[in-house]
Amino acid sequence: MTTVALKPATMAQALTRALRDAMAADPAVHVMGEDVGALGGVFRVTDGLAEEFGEDRCTDTPLAEAGILGTAVGMAMYGLRPVVEMQFDAFAYPAFEQLISHVARMRNRTRGAMPLPITIRVPYGGGIGGVEHHSDSSEAYYMATPGLHVVTPATVADAYGLLRAAIASDDPVVFLEPKRLYWSKDSWNPEDPGPVEPIGRAVVRRPGRSATLITYGPSVPVCLEAAEAARAEGWDLEVVDLRSLVPFDDDTVAASVRRTGRAVVVHESGGFGGPGGEIAARVTERCFHYLQAPVLRVAGFDIPYPPPMLERHHLPGVDRILDAVERLQWEAES
Amino acid sequence: MTVMEQRGAYRPTPPPAWQPRTDPAPLLPDSRPYRVLGTETAAQADPTLLRRLYAELVRGRRYNAQATALTKQGRLAVYPSSTGQEACEVAAALVLEERDWLFPSYRDTLAAVARGLDPVQALTLLRGDWHTGYDPHEHRVAPLCTPLATQLPHAVGLAHAARLKGDDVVALALVGDGGTSEGDFHEALNFAAVWQAPVVFLVQNNGFAISVPLAKQTAAPSLAHKAVGYGMPGRLVDGNDAAAVHEVLGDAVAHARAGGGPTLVEAVTYRIDAHTNADDATRYRGDAEVETWRAHDPIALLEHELTERGLLDEDGIQAARDAAEAMAADLRERMNQDPELDPMDLFAHVYAEPTPQLREQQDRLRAELEAGAEADADADAEGTGR
Ligand SMILES: Cc1ncc(C[n+]2csc(CCOP(=O)(O)OP(=O)(O)O)c2C)c(N)n1
Ligand SMILES: [Mg+2]
Repeated sequence: MTTVALKPATMAQALTRALRDAMAADPAVHVMGEDVGALGGVFRVTDGLAEEFGEDRCTDTPLAEAGILGTAVGMAMYGLRPVVEMQFDAFAYPAFEQLISHVARMRNRTRGAMPLPITIRVPYGGGIGGVEHHSDSSEAYYMATPGLHVVTPATVADAYGLLRAAIASDDPVVFLEPKRLYWSKDSWNPEDPGPVEPIGRAVVRRPGRSATLITYGPSVPVCLEAAEAARAEGWDLEVVDLRSLVPFDDDTVAASVRRTGRAVVVHESGGFGGPGGEIAARVTERCFHYLQAPVLRVAGFDIPYPPPMLERHHLPGVDRILDAVERLQWEAES
Repeated sequence: MTVMEQRGAYRPTPPPAWQPRTDPAPLLPDSRPYRVLGTETAAQADPTLLRRLYAELVRGRRYNAQATALTKQGRLAVYPSSTGQEACEVAAALVLEERDWLFPSYRDTLAAVARGLDPVQALTLLRGDWHTGYDPHEHRVAPLCTPLATQLPHAVGLAHAARLKGDDVVALALVGDGGTSEGDFHEALNFAAVWQAPVVFLVQNNGFAISVPLAKQTAAPSLAHKAVGYGMPGRLVDGNDAAAVHEVLGDAVAHARAGGGPTLVEAVTYRIDAHTNADDATRYRGDAEVETWRAHDPIALLEHELTERGLLDEDGIQAARDAAEAMAADLRERMNQDPELDPMDLFAHVYAEPTPQLREQQDRLRAELEAGAEADADADAEGTGR
C-alpha cells in the first residue's frame, strides 16, 4: 500500500484542477472568458486548459461581459455547461442585465423546462493592493437576486470541492473566488482531491464556546487568526465558514450561536445593505432566547473601495474583530 | 537609443504591413430595400410558397385583431400588435427547419404561432399567466423576450453550441429598430461574426420604438449598414413584401447553415397599431403617415400579385379567411376560460430544489391560503345558518 504524501498546494491550483477534472468528466463543460486561453487567465486559474482541451472548450471570447454571459445562456439552452470567468469583481457589472434578467430567471420563467447550468467565476475582494475596480465585494448584489446560488471557498480543499459542485449543479452558481487567497497554501492531495461538497452547507472551522464568528471567503483566515489571538483574552471563539451564501445554512449557524450565545458577522463587503444585516436578522429570529448580546457586524466601511494605500484601514482585521467581541456584553456573565 | 543618440543614422520606416481584415464591398446592403412583389422577379417566385404565405398572412392579421380584441375584454393584460408586420413575422417562421431555433421578442407571438405554437400558449405571458406558456424545446422557440435585444446573445450562443456539437442548426433572432441601440445588439453581432455562428438577425424596422422615431435612434445610413462594422453581410428588404422577406431570410439561413456565418437583415416595415393597447400613437404621429403605409399593406400586395397571375380566386381568398376565422373563434373560446394557477408554483421552479428558505416561505403561504379557505368556509356556513 502506498500512501500519497499531502503536498502544499495553492487555492488557484485546486481551482485549475477542478476545472480540468470537470472538463475531462463531461464534454458539455466549456470554459469561456477574457484571456482564459493561451494566457491561462490573469490569475492563471485556467492554465493549460486550452492546450489540453482545445480552444473550442476553453475559449478566449471577445471582450464584453454581457456578451460572454449572454452567449453562455444560449449555449446552456442547447445543453452545454458553460463555466464563465469574469476577470475581476468590478468587471462583472456589465453582465448584470443578463445575470439578473435571464440567468437567474430562465428556469422559473419556463417552469423548469429550461434550466441554465452556468457557473460564473468571479475573483473578488480586496487586500491585494489592487487599484480602483479590482477589489470589490459584490456578493450582496448576487444574494439579492433569486435564482442564483452564491458560493465562496476559503480553503484549498473547498475550492476544489465547491467548484466541482457548482459545475455539476443544474442551477446557475456565482462562484466567488477570494483573490487574496489564490496563493494561500494548504496540504492537499490533488490525486485524491476530496469530496465534491454539496452546495449550501456551512462548516465549523474552529470549535469554541464563548462566541461565534460567522464569516466566509477571504475573512475566514482573518477570523481564525482573531480566534487564536482571543485566547489571550480568555475567549474561546468558534468560527463558522458559511461557504454558501445562497442557499444559507441556517441550521449550522443557529446551532453554533445557540451553543455560544454570542455572534459577530465578519465580511469585507460594506455593512449597510450587506450580507451581515441579513445574517444578523436570521440569527436573531432563530436564537433570540439564547443570545446574551445583540449580534454585531464587522464589515467594510460604507465607502467605495478605497485606494490600496488605505485599504488596510477598511478591511476587517483581527483588532476590529476583537473589539467587536469585547462589546458582546460579557459583564452580564460575571 | 533615441533619434538624437543615433546621430543621423535613424531612417523613418513605414509601419508594419496593414490590410483590411475583410473586403467591405460584398457586405454592403443594397441602396434600397429589396422587393419582389410588383417587380419582374415576382414571376420566378414559387406559386405554392406565395399561396402559403398568403394564407399565413391572412391568419396572422386575424390573430392580431383577435388578440387586440381580447385586451379590450380584459382577457389579455397587454398586447403588442404586429399588424402591418405580418410578412416579417410569417416569413421568419417559414424559412426555418424544424431543428432550427426562433428567438422572438414580445412583439413576435405571431412568428411563434406561424412556427406551430398554440396561440393560447404563445399568449400565456401576455394574459398575465405564467411567463412562458410553452416548453421552448417543443417547437424550438425561445421564451418571448422583453428586455430589449437581450435575446440576441442567446441566439448566438445557441447557434455556436449547435455548431460545436456538429448539428446543422440555425438560430433566427428577432429585434426591433429601437433594440439596435442596446449594447446587447452590438455584443451579439460581434460575437456572432467572430465565431462565425450560424445565426440570422432580423431587425423589424417598424419606424418606432414606442414613440421615438428611428432618426433619434441612429445616424447610420441604414440599420443594415451596421453589419459591415462587424464583418457580416447586411441586407435591406421591403418588410411588407412577404416574397422578398422570405427570399432574403431564406438565403441568410442557407448561408448560415452552409457555414458562411451570420447575416443582419433589416426589414423596412411599419407598426400600423399603437405600440400596445396601452399606448396613444396620436401623441407622436399623424394619420397621413399611417395611411401611406396602409396603402403598402403586406396582404394587399400579395393578394394583388396572386390574383393578377391567376393563382388565387375569390374561393381561395374566402378559404383563407374562413381558416383564419376558425382559428380566431377557437382562440377566443379558449382565452375566455379562466386559467388555473397554483400559488405553490411560485416556489417550485426557482431552483432545481427549493432552498430551505423557500420551503419555509412556501409553507407560510400554504398556511395563509388554508386559513383563508377555512375562514371563507366558516363565513359561508354562517351565511347559510342565518
Ligand atoms: C432594456 C429595455 N428597456 C426598455 C424597455 C421598454 N420598452 C419596451 S418596448 C420598447 C420599444 C422598443 O422598440 P423597438 O425595438 O423598435 O421594437 P418594437 O416595439 O417597435 O417592436 C421599450 C422602450 C424594455 N422592454 N427593455
Ligand atoms: Mg420599432
